Amino acid sequence: MIDQIKFKGSVTLVLFSGDLDKAIATFVIATAAASMGMPVNIFFTFWGLNVIKKKGGLIKGQNWMQKMLNIMNYGHAKKLAISKMNMLGMGPAMLKVMMSQKKVPSLHEFIQTAHQMGVKFYPCEMSMTVMGLKKEDFIDECQDVIGAVTYLSIAKESNINLFI
Amino acid sequence: MAQYTIDKTLDARGLSCPMPSVKTALALEQMEIGQVIEVLTDDPVSKKDLPVWAHSTGNELLEVREEGKTITIYLRKA
Repeated sequence: MIDQIKFKGSVTLVLFSGDLDKAIATFVIATAAASMGMPVNIFFTFWGLNVIKKKGGLIKGQNWMQKMLNIMNYGHAKKLAISKMNMLGMGPAMLKVMMSQKKVPSLHEFIQTAHQMGVKFYPCEMSMTVMGLKKEDFIDECQDVIGAVTYLSIAKESNINLFI
Repeated sequence: MAQYTIDKTLDARGLSCPMPSVKTALALEQMEIGQVIEVLTDDPVSKKDLPVWAHSTGNELLEVREEGKTITIYLRKA
């Protein structure tokens, strides 16, 4: 059961996209909000689940369609494409170099910092069912697996809601 | 120099947005109410962002100083 009081005035982000650039934008907002003392929740759904997947385990899922989808959609925080100019992985490689030159943390570091600051990560139950993923497929920083109704009950209490 | 003693110095030089605010928040967590932190940054965004951060979190902004590329911000934990 979700305690509604806990989410009063929080920031709730929905990360639908599995693109590196959008994931970084999400974590910039999340860590900045957490630094300002706001409770932050990130709801990872569909392609966004890649951001919180553990490394390894290429073949996941119960049937051949889920297995094929998971092979083709393989990714984790250190292996994500960007939404523009991906160029078979050259784009993300160059972006990572450019960001580290400017001392912007990597997505992996952002996830660690966000977790340290009490940002809550929620994987979406329905996307997990469709893709045949289990709670064990995700990093240990994740909270409970939640559904759309629970997400909405959190979003209703939040002051800032973004869909990325 | 105003009337306060610095209890902690945070060197956030080289870090970019939002890390100076994040590091400041984490550093203040370890400090007592009324203590003063000195934050060094060379991120031009932080010159605007840290005072806003202080205002929005209720901490007191004491001073913003600029020497060359380095911006030094003094905050009192509230």
